[in-house]
Amino acid sequence: MAIYLTKESKVLVQGMTGGEGMKHTRRMLAAGTNVVGGVNPRKAGHTVDFDVPQCLKGLGGTPIAVPVFGSVAAGIRATGADVTVVFVPPAFAKAAVVEAADAGIGLAVVITEGIPVHDSVAFTSYAKTKGTRIIGPNCPGLITPGQSNAGIIPADITKPGRIGLVSKSGTLTYQLMYELRDIGFSTCVGIGGDPVVGTSHIDCLAAFQDDPDTELIVLIGEIGGDAEERAAAYIRDHVTKPVVGYIAGFTAPEGKTMGHAGAIVSGSSGTAAAKKEALEAVGVRVGSTPTETARLVLDRLGVGT
Amino acid sequence: MDLYEHQARELFEEHGILVPRAEVTDSPKEAREIARRLGGRVVVKAQVKTGGRGKAGGVKLAADPAAAEITARQILGMDIKGHTVGKVMLAQPVAIETEFYVSYVLDRAAGGFLAIASAEGGMEIEEVAAGRPEAVARIPVDPTEGVTSAKAGAIAAAAGLPPQTVDVLVRLWEVLVREDALLVEVNPLVRTAQGQILALDGKVTLDDNARFRQSRWGDGGVEHDDALEAVAAAKGLNYVKLDGEVGIIGNGAGLVMSTLDVVAGCGARPANFLDIGGGASAQIMADGLSVILSDPAVKSVFVNVFGGITACDAVADGIVQALDSVQLTKPLVVRLDGNNAARGRAILDDRAHPLVQQATTMDGAALRAAQLAAATA
Repeated sequence: MAIYLTKESKVLVQGMTGGEGMKHTRRMLAAGTNVVGGVNPRKAGHTVDFDVPQCLKGLGGTPIAVPVFGSVAAGIRATGADVTVVFVPPAFAKAAVVEAADAGIGLAVVITEGIPVHDSVAFTSYAKTKGTRIIGPNCPGLITPGQSNAGIIPADITKPGRIGLVSKSGTLTYQLMYELRDIGFSTCVGIGGDPVVGTSHIDCLAAFQDDPDTELIVLIGEIGGDAEERAAAYIRDHVTKPVVGYIAGFTAPEGKTMGHAGAIVSGSSGTAAAKKEALEAVGVRVGSTPTETARLVLDRLGVGT
Repeated sequence: MDLYEHQARELFEEHGILVPRAEVTDSPKEAREIARRLGGRVVVKAQVKTGGRGKAGGVKLAADPAAAEITARQILGMDIKGHTVGKVMLAQPVAIETEFYVSYVLDRAAGGFLAIASAEGGMEIEEVAAGRPEAVARIPVDPTEGVTSAKAGAIAAAAGLPPQTVDVLVRLWEVLVREDALLVEVNPLVRTAQGQILALDGKVTLDDNARFRQSRWGDGGVEHDDALEAVAAAKGLNYVKLDGEVGIIGNGAGLVMSTLDVVAGCGARPANFLDIGGGASAQIMADGLSVILSDPAVKSVFVNVFGGITACDAVADGIVQALDSVQLTKPLVVRLDGNNAARGRAILDDRAHPLVQQATTMDGAALRAAQLAAATA
């Protein structure tokens, strides 16, 4: 069943005809994602051919033709799309997400990096009023291995399985997906490292708790903010499934930004140590390296190494 | 990006918030002229992007223009918490009757902005907030509605601020929105003996992501604490200098932060943070290596790449090309994992550079880099 994204999901790509959009739409198709259309008002009515490698069986080498729609609403009318992946540049991202929410899309995955925070605040709060879930911005998206991939997570480094993963960071997610590839994942969600994101660790914990395909949850956090501390409180009160954690940024000096806009430490709150402590206080085992984290997962699942 | 006090003051003034008359200079002689223009008696304030200026001796009253020149000479060049004072602001003194505190700040948990206000402003606001939280009003602002007069009235009432502050609260919100700020703070906001409401000191943090539509401050004279950081920034690298001996290059901010931790866990200290991002081209690898190798503290370098979107063979090609353009002077430990890892490792094996070693795991590579750093120390 997985969370948020399944093989039934019909995916639109806003910004599909741009460089990143083309590259990742091809990858999404190769991972089996049902990409039903792109959105670009200037190219409405065209189709774009994608030469998806042989991993899609039974297509006989013919490219997949994906139609381009003039608007998200037109795409939904024609295809019944329920997910959109947003690749449009920062200056236009807010308009793109608002358009998707107005069209009634269920899930908008915002990959775009560098969106002004005022815009993110505006579209995440607006999307709530429309019942649209936002994942991101500045995130790698989410993948339900073997079913669908909405975003830029590499699909071929892991396989379907029983671990649910939620993370702020892209490459750390890939590292853990790879380390635990023999067990596999129900769904991996990269919620994004920006100060304001549409879907939180807590949202994913709640969804994984309710997902029968997920047996154990891996939570990856990093310095900045108090999302992990709040997640710890939520785990204590609501999560009965085992949770294994990892926090990056113990060595980060105070007051310095380390790449993610959100990963900045000021004062005592938001430190990696505080987050680790909060998680351990509610019974979450926290690995000191990604590899040790993977080992803790195997232990907890009773899989010998 | 934080603005200097005088820049914040300028913004407040433009948005119709009353501020003391003031001018900025980097010259003691000019400070004397400014003091004369402002009526003789002035407050001389160090312009640095850090708190605690007053306690550090960076804010002083000067009785006349001659004293202003002497005071400015004392303060210019002063070191305040690692920041060198390059400019001073000279401001007309204000007869303060009451001090308030007002700010709008991003509330990450709520995904929106929060108004914070207190009738007990001034230097001790943090103590007030910690000791008597009930004296500080915290009120979420709906991003669609913003701060209307009615909303500002509610904020003022909740904090016990006088009604004259309502207009300031509305204008301050305009500053936040128009300038794409993540924080605007006025502390203290004062009522003068004459009954005016004046913003005496301010702090504004702008959103770097909004620079494409807010070009006014440029990069704001980004202060690099370090010459290497300045060089790296000029090459467009995401580099932060740290106080260690193991140079770090990795892809993705989370993985690089994790790499620093793993190296520290092996008993070594990371010399830097450097995220070369997803693309990891030969040029970026060469630029990154040259910056790290020019750091005299570096004893070994650890390249930690997980091939997700980027395949490891492409990264290995990048390293090999970088080795042609950069003279490697320190041992380099490379860990490639993920997509095409075997092919990537083979490429590096073929290059057979005497200073390059490979490790298959992140933990093993970190340990090796730490050992090499210790051995060459």
